[in-house]
Amino acid sequence: MSASVEQSLEVKKRGLTSRPVIGTLILIGGMIGLIIAIGISVSIGAAEIDVKTVWSAVFQYDSALVPHQIIQETRLPRVLGAALVGASLAVSGSIMQGMTRNPLADPGLLGLNAGAAFMLAICFAFFPGLPYMYLILFAFLGAALGAGIVFGIGSIAKGGLTPMRLVLAGAAVTALLVALSEGIAIYHRIAQDLAFWNAGGVSGTKWENLQIMAPWVLLAILGAIVLSKSITLLSLGDEVAVGLGQQTGKIKLFGTIIILILAGAAVSVVGAVGFVGLIIPHITRFIVGHDYRWIIPGSAVLGGVLVVLADLAARMVNPPQETPIGALIAIIGVPFFLYLTRKGGKEL
Amino acid sequence: MIDKPYVSTYQQSRQKRKIYTILLILLLTVIAFIISMNTGFIRLSPMELLETLLGMGTEKQNLTLFEFRLPRIVISVLVGIGLALSGCVLQGVSGNALADPGILGINAGAGLAVVLFISFFPTTSDVPVLFLPILAFVGAGVTAAVIYALAYKRGEGITPTRLLLTGIAIAAGISAAMIILTLRLTPDNYQFVAVWLAGSIWGSNWMFVLSVLPWLLILIPYVFIKARVLNTLNLGEVTATGLGVNIEKERLLLLAAAVALAGASVAVSGGIGFVGLIGPHLARQLVGGKHQFVIPASAAIGALLLLSADTIGRWLIEPSEIPAGIVVSVIGAPYFLYLLAKSKA
Repeated sequence: MSASVEQSLEVKKRGLTSRPVIGTLILIGGMIGLIIAIGISVSIGAAEIDVKTVWSAVFQYDSALVPHQIIQETRLPRVLGAALVGASLAVSGSIMQGMTRNPLADPGLLGLNAGAAFMLAICFAFFPGLPYMYLILFAFLGAALGAGIVFGIGSIAKGGLTPMRLVLAGAAVTALLVALSEGIAIYHRIAQDLAFWNAGGVSGTKWENLQIMAPWVLLAILGAIVLSKSITLLSLGDEVAVGLGQQTGKIKLFGTIIILILAGAAVSVVGAVGFVGLIIPHITRFIVGHDYRWIIPGSAVLGGVLVVLADLAARMVNPPQETPIGALIAIIGVPFFLYLTRKGGKEL
Repeated sequence: MIDKPYVSTYQQSRQKRKIYTILLILLLTVIAFIISMNTGFIRLSPMELLETLLGMGTEKQNLTLFEFRLPRIVISVLVGIGLALSGCVLQGVSGNALADPGILGINAGAGLAVVLFISFFPTTSDVPVLFLPILAFVGAGVTAAVIYALAYKRGEGITPTRLLLTGIAIAAGISAAMIILTLRLTPDNYQFVAVWLAGSIWGSNWMFVLSVLPWLLILIPYVFIKARVLNTLNLGEVTATGLGVNIEKERLLLLAAAVALAGASVAVSGGIGFVGLIGPHLARQLVGGKHQFVIPASAAIGALLLLSADTIGRWLIEPSEIPAGIVVSVIGAPYFLYLLAKSKA
């Protein structure tokens, strides 16, 4: 009990805020927004299907009807995949930002996504036809590889790395891993298969993929929510967290595992999409305050909304062609990133 | 100014060593040149190569060597020189050890201009090719100005890290914009952008050589002449002003030269990064900090690096090829990480 009193004192002292009421509103509002976004996204596509049919396709599925098949087999898994991917990326970004106290942390910027995509390239080249269940495991490994190199460089650098320099290391690791993936792809003539992952898109998502990926993602997000209180304390600084009786090593270990699972699972579906894990936690934090008990679930919902909408836009910008989601999100992500770097990355 | 009438034998021998080092790199470049002429789907033995060069080759050999391989090799060399010198000047002017036209996003800006142009005009006609470097220069210049403005903060000026981060972000944004824009055009253009982003030496006929050559012929001597100014700028603003250098003017001119070098290079190659980073760094390690030596050494290393990368890329998976930019990234990114870890926080 006293720990939580001390915590709230510490929070007050730093002018940090927690807004449970707004947090609840955001969660409920975000959920409603997500459901509406999913509804719109399922209804819009190359084949014109009216809302009534969509409704009956989802709730009274009749496999004999073509529109029902389109909704159930193509659009629904894809849209749900987009929501899960968004939630994964946003939550992994928010844990990273909280744990490392680095406002520029994002699985895309720090090389995790490129690592996962690199491992997928290796899988496609050397083990073609590997089932999705193994692909996702390799994606976890890849995310760990990317993160390992970036933070490894960070730890051997003189005097440690500042948030900004960590991003520079991430950019270089990403450049390296992307170059290697492309090299492997060209060498093994699988560039066509991989182009999809490199550009980012959820169009290929199938129910089988969701069946395997969803449990991982949901469990990891649940784990993140369980950890969220400790992450709030970590975000106040290691000393504070230790002083308040937190086992920082353990928390960081679990947090890292969750980050890797989420980033790997997301990349195995969507490819290397950046900036979601950067933008969403910042926006959520701005709305709900600095309490990760609200930031993490809020990020999950808002991340889902963002990627579902991005996927919708990807289909609408230039039909019937699909614009890569990664490119669309970068258009929003880049100005946001510039704004953060201008602020100097001090506030968190 | 710095040279004294009396130069000790010690200094003389050191200078000689530096000159020998540069000559050695040049020799390696020539060897790479010869190997590169030999590399490709159609094999040419050294004897055949010599015969062809002397004008006694068969029609097929002539075609292979003079129309396909030589222009590409010459372009690799020119682009390597251009990018390395651009990086050298950028590092010298900004005092930022990690500066490189690719990392800073200048190449991406040039690329956007080129890609837009190519999307609207057919590549095959010869007139547009000559315009490419001008366009690329405009694109690179606008991008450089935007990056500079965004990285500038009142009271703090420009920190090296923020400059790099801004550049990386702008490059990411431009790549995204290129993908979105070209998707609206034709599949061929999409293919072109994909190839461009991967950094392939795509402009491989004599027309492209002709279009970059004038730029390099003007800019390279200019950078050589300014070696001393770069030395003084490295001593810090106060010292440079004290030595009678008009800092703002010289900086602006040199930056323009760096942007033009990057733009002209990128106009005929893809978005190749890291050459401008590696070239000057290796050069400084080999010949010390004086720009009189660093500039020629950087140029030679840049040429060697890109020519080798292109040759390796062609040789690795004949008859297909891996873009030179990918090969350079595989070498360059770890080098960047090494420099980042070594530099002070």
